[in-house]
Amino acid sequence: MKAAEANALTGLDYSTLQQCMHCGMCLPTCPTYVETGRERNSPRGRIALMRAIADGDLAVTKGFGEEMYYCLGCLACATACPAGVNYPELFEAARFAVEEERVLADPGRDLVRWATLRVLFAHPRLLRATGRLLWVWQASGLEALSRRLGLTRLLPRRLRALEPQAPRIAARFSDQLIARYEAPAAPRYRVAVLTGCVQDLAFPEVNRATVDVLLANGCAVVTPRTQQCCGSLHAHNGDQATARELARRLIDAVDPRQFDAIITNAGGCGSHLMHYDQLLAEDDAYAARAAEWSRKLRDIHVWLVEIGFRRPRGRPDQPTIATYHESCHLVHGQKVSREPREILRAVPGLELRECAEASWCCGSAGIYNITQPATAAWLQERKLGHLRNTGAQVVATANPGCQAQIANGFRQHGAATVVRHPVVLLAAAYRAERGMGSSP
Amino acid sequence: MISELIRCLGAAHVLTAPEDIIPYGFDGTAALSGTARAVVFPGSTAEVAEVLRIAGRHRVPVVARGSGTGLSGGSVPVPSSLVVCLLRLNRILALDQANLTLLAEAGVVTQRIYEAANAAGLFYPPDPGSMKISTIGGNVAENAGGLRGLKYGVTRNYVMGLEVVLADGTVCTLGNQCVKDVAGYSLKDLFIGSEGTLGLITRVLLRLVPQPESRRTLLATYAATEDAAETVSAIIAARIIPCTLEFLDQKTLRCVEDFAHVGLPVEAAALLLIEVDGHPAATEEEAHRIEELCRGHRAQTVRRAATPEEGAALAAARRSAFSALARLRPTTILEDATVPRSAVAAMVRFIEATGRKHCLEIGTFGHFGDGNLHPTFLTDERDQAEMARVEEAMKEIFAHALSLGGTITGEHGVGLAKKQFLRAQLGEGSYQLMRQVKRTLDPAGLLNPGKIFDPGDAP
Repeated sequence: MKAAEANALTGLDYSTLQQCMHCGMCLPTCPTYVETGRERNSPRGRIALMRAIADGDLAVTKGFGEEMYYCLGCLACATACPAGVNYPELFEAARFAVEEERVLADPGRDLVRWATLRVLFAHPRLLRATGRLLWVWQASGLEALSRRLGLTRLLPRRLRALEPQAPRIAARFSDQLIARYEAPAAPRYRVAVLTGCVQDLAFPEVNRATVDVLLANGCAVVTPRTQQCCGSLHAHNGDQATARELARRLIDAVDPRQFDAIITNAGGCGSHLMHYDQLLAEDDAYAARAAEWSRKLRDIHVWLVEIGFRRPRGRPDQPTIATYHESCHLVHGQKVSREPREILRAVPGLELRECAEASWCCGSAGIYNITQPATAAWLQERKLGHLRNTGAQVVATANPGCQAQIANGFRQHGAATVVRHPVVLLAAAYRAERGMGSSP
Repeated sequence: MISELIRCLGAAHVLTAPEDIIPYGFDGTAALSGTARAVVFPGSTAEVAEVLRIAGRHRVPVVARGSGTGLSGGSVPVPSSLVVCLLRLNRILALDQANLTLLAEAGVVTQRIYEAANAAGLFYPPDPGSMKISTIGGNVAENAGGLRGLKYGVTRNYVMGLEVVLADGTVCTLGNQCVKDVAGYSLKDLFIGSEGTLGLITRVLLRLVPQPESRRTLLATYAATEDAAETVSAIIAARIIPCTLEFLDQKTLRCVEDFAHVGLPVEAAALLLIEVDGHPAATEEEAHRIEELCRGHRAQTVRRAATPEEGAALAAARRSAFSALARLRPTTILEDATVPRSAVAAMVRFIEATGRKHCLEIGTFGHFGDGNLHPTFLTDERDQAEMARVEEAMKEIFAHALSLGGTITGEHGVGLAKKQFLRAQLGEGSYQLMRQVKRTLDPAGLLNPGKIFDPGDAP
């Protein structure tokens, strides 16, 4: 073993790397390995590279950096691994090392990273103002006009390919749809709802539905205003410092001591939010509150099942066929798989059909569809094929990235299939119940 | 040499950058690694032959590789070698329903062969723990076993023919679809289990059998390992041959449960997983008699899987045992000392005593029904003193297995991991015969040199 240069990988507890005994059980579950058949594109291959760096046999090179950003971070390997390797920790440390060593640095990439991670997703008001501008562009007809006139051709090639993938921005954001405090007649629990950032701009109806189903199940709901990004984007992209700062700010805004549970409805955010205890373990001022935060953090589906949610009544004549796409960070990051299905099965008139490779990544993977468009598109097509084979009219999924990626795919194919968050379907079932009551 | 390889295969199929080849430095064996000069991916038998000719001209050692899941270091690169990865040979070429055979290229994943047979109502029984990702070529080269060995045998029992490429690039077809064939030496058998030291396997012709009509899976728990071992002897004595008869000690079953959550009883000291298959009336009768035998030998609980899916989930959980044991310590060293099945109880006792004597943590599981045990050392390769004790314990375990009429390896192969023990098992005559075979087929010593035996070994 040579003396390795100090970096995030050499600083890791070595036994985390040794935990991988390279048995290969992860290989068939890794989308990038299945795509290329190359070991370096597999979980155990990436760990071998990390270990080579920790051993001083390899420097943090550009090739290594590219490999770490070719990984989707879908964590399917973490579910498949019998040895219990902590891949999320290794993956975040590796990307952190790549950023520290600046092996991928170039002016364009630096500018984009700075503008998104340090500016846009670190400043909630600015993010919403940007969202508002994008909405004006999309809703005013300017977008359609510019496409008709071919003005989008003026965009750089990569941006042009992405332009139709941009999420549709909603007319009203969560704060306009949800009051700061809403409560049923006799609340049993007091919870806080996290509205997220992409969820808030593109799918605020998911946040509204989250509050609705909580109200219907005896929860008083506090929804703090102008919430900021939870920092998952930063942690997954090697910016640990900003991730910690955002975690502290979110804990300041939502004091865990005041609630029975803190509710998240986005798979990707939830899998980061649940680890605030580890992220802030060495921060004396925040460690205790972060530990309480992690104890009380609940994915909405888990919370509903935990408190014994009420099954909506009713039996529509025409059953709707639905299938469930598992968000990677919900199923592999948080190990939540049974509860969303339990909720879907409780929706009257919904027939749940399982889909092949339901727990495979759809290619959205945070900002992966921006950084690796070819692999993202391949995964999107593979996913759409399996979804179509079920004959489903509704695809249920619980993460804004997946929802946009799958909905965009269907739109490009001119398919009528809709994509909905499970709680949106549950909230609609509760509303339909009230409708039945009032019209005898 | 690299430029010749690129000319032959195309640049996309020749890897030389450190980031590309470091991940090919190991297989599934703990604490063994090496660095190749290059990794190549031929796309046809003709390309494999050409690669061997190029390597031969440059006198560069060649290491064959499939998915790299072997457990004796068979596909760990020899220093400065050329790793020939056969994953592009991934087609199932024919499934002959009249002759019950399947012809596949070497890089086809074993699970796909099982599924293709299954879809035709047929059955390919060998099921090594790695079958979801290991390749059929690798299974043949290592003569892989699995959970169904007791009733169905191992990979060798299903190979009817092989296409192999010799060290000089000659392509040979060995065997055929005939059930009976005594035309000359059975050369295919020479290549089964040859670990890439005699030639590269490029195609495999497999025998399939009819799918069993029904399966019954049972789970029995014990307060003492001894009782589990006696149950196994009693089942065999009752002339019942289950398809699977697996043993897990407490350490192993706790790790497996921790990973798979299939409801294994973690308080039990030992567990038997038993599967019978065949005609529904027969399996029902056998399952019933096995239940009685388990209870008669002090089983604490005996449970039957309610559905075929539950049975399959239990078997899948058992296949993860080796990797799941890695949860406990940084380094997991798996052995597969095997004894005649009448000696299994004695062997398990000896392993437990050896672990205590050397202050080592050992998890034991394995195929109790066929005498194939997997004592697994849970250790840390950075702790040199402990590694020395592991080495010592291993030697004692192998020596004891041999004294009971056993073998140093039941299904993983010799590779790098067990070559120092081979001579003691074979005796001088058969050891020299093996080396003579090697010299005849690979006179320049370029095919996976240093595996099975050391090249410079005194004659």
